[in-house]
Amino acid sequence: MLLVGFTHYPAAATLIDSLFSTGTAVRPSRFVGLANYAALGDDPIFWQVLGNNFWFALGTIPTSIALAMLMALWVNDRLPARALVRMAYFTPTILPMIAVANIWLFFFTPQIGLLDQLGGLFGAGGHNWLGEPQTVMGCLVAMTIWKEAGFFMIFYLAALQSLPPELEEAAKIEGASRWYFFWRVTFPLLMPTTLFVLVNATINSFKLVDHLFILTKGGPDNASNLLLYYIYQVAFSFFDTGYAATLTVILLLLLATLALVQFQLIERRVHYR
Amino acid sequence: MRVFEKQFPFLETSAAWLLAVLWLSPLLYAFWAAFHPAALATHFDPLSPLTLANFEKAWTYAPFARHFVNTVMLVTMILAAQLVLCTLAAFAFARFDFVGRDIAFGLVLVQLMIMPEVLIVENYRTMSRLGLVDTILGIGLPYMASAFGIFLLRQTFKTIPRELEDAARVEGCSMLGVLWRVYVPLARPTYIAYALVSVSYHWNNFLWPLIVTNSVNTRPLTVGLAIFGAPESGVDWAVISAGTIMAVAPLLVAFLLFQRQFMQSFMQAGIK
Repeated sequence: MLLVGFTHYPAAATLIDSLFSTGTAVRPSRFVGLANYAALGDDPIFWQVLGNNFWFALGTIPTSIALAMLMALWVNDRLPARALVRMAYFTPTILPMIAVANIWLFFFTPQIGLLDQLGGLFGAGGHNWLGEPQTVMGCLVAMTIWKEAGFFMIFYLAALQSLPPELEEAAKIEGASRWYFFWRVTFPLLMPTTLFVLVNATINSFKLVDHLFILTKGGPDNASNLLLYYIYQVAFSFFDTGYAATLTVILLLLLATLALVQFQLIERRVHYR
Repeated sequence: MRVFEKQFPFLETSAAWLLAVLWLSPLLYAFWAAFHPAALATHFDPLSPLTLANFEKAWTYAPFARHFVNTVMLVTMILAAQLVLCTLAAFAFARFDFVGRDIAFGLVLVQLMIMPEVLIVENYRTMSRLGLVDTILGIGLPYMASAFGIFLLRQTFKTIPRELEDAARVEGCSMLGVLWRVYVPLARPTYIAYALVSVSYHWNNFLWPLIVTNSVNTRPLTVGLAIFGAPESGVDWAVISAGTIMAVAPLLVAFLLFQRQFMQSFMQAGIK
């Protein structure tokens, strides 16, 4: 048995190892030293993309977390037909990003799209939602919130269900309002979940790029380009693998920092329970 | 006091319902468009005739059958490999002391943070060196040693009391026998949870398959759908909706049937 444990285990481990050590091993093989990194600093698109990613994260994360919490509170309570409502919230999660993008594409299409039709009712003119740098990010953010809130909801739901019911009873006896109970009891107790979801959401904001292929291809003028999509473009459209590897290193650094932050936070916050 | 005891406040109920409708509406809308003639896709007339023509068109425009087969093959292959590899690795991590175990496990955990998606460039090189570009095996390989699966199963295996194992050994069970007869059956809920998450993840995965594949014979559904649905392809909207619906249908139906199981799996998988 030990043998099997050891023969299969290295197979698994080397496979994993090869996956990430090679990510950085590229640099020496090209003998360009730090030239790629210098190019990075001079690349206006890189900075724009990074900024986009920041705004994308800022736009999606707080809203989807707040919505997820709200959904979980509703669904956990004595809401009429809550199974149905819960299903409605969760359904977007199991759809592929591509399909979601296909569906939402239609909302944003100029003239015949749903958004323009709705706007037309109020006398607003046609808008090229995805074609204008000012609106394109908003569209992507809205869609991502729709996709993710239901997913985060289930974590809150799990956390809510593990809260002891005595707390609520005690609050009832004390005559605390629901609002007060939420801010003083539920919300702080959900903190570990919020942290967990926060980190997940941040990672996702770097990882989710599928919809860009359908909706915008990073355009117009890179207004909706995100880091991972840019890496894809550099590597497979411009065939500059060295530079793409450099970008990958940056992305890895970002994710590693996030991981560290996460561990720190968890160390500090989780103990008070 | 009152709010706690009486039923849900009316205002909140309406808000919750409104949000639910809002959340479902994009999907409902896609259904609407898929079942109606293209010309009527944007007009919400409840009396407009239903049609299946869009599905027929979508089916003939793109090799959906092929994509379906590819996706099913891909998902099954990944899941099978994951189950075997992760079970053995998790068992080794949970129950054996070997040199460098903690370091090795640390390395596995690193992969939890850094998903294969991020390393698309490097992985593509590896695949071309292995000659696996444009094969279904090539799509699946980076995902087979799943850190997430190892982690999840290790946690579960650790909760199983050692006495059970010892008892089985006394009865003359081999180590592999113990794994198969004691650990695997007891970890069944974890396996189900993991399998559901894995299947839905890979059914929906897009970026990596897009990069690795370049022919109809290997493309999974998502990639096929993306090519088919891209604005340049000039296919009209009703047909795209029909294609989209077809691609998501199996998963959607499974979800609707086993709702509770699905949500619990995602929950369990996420919380560890």
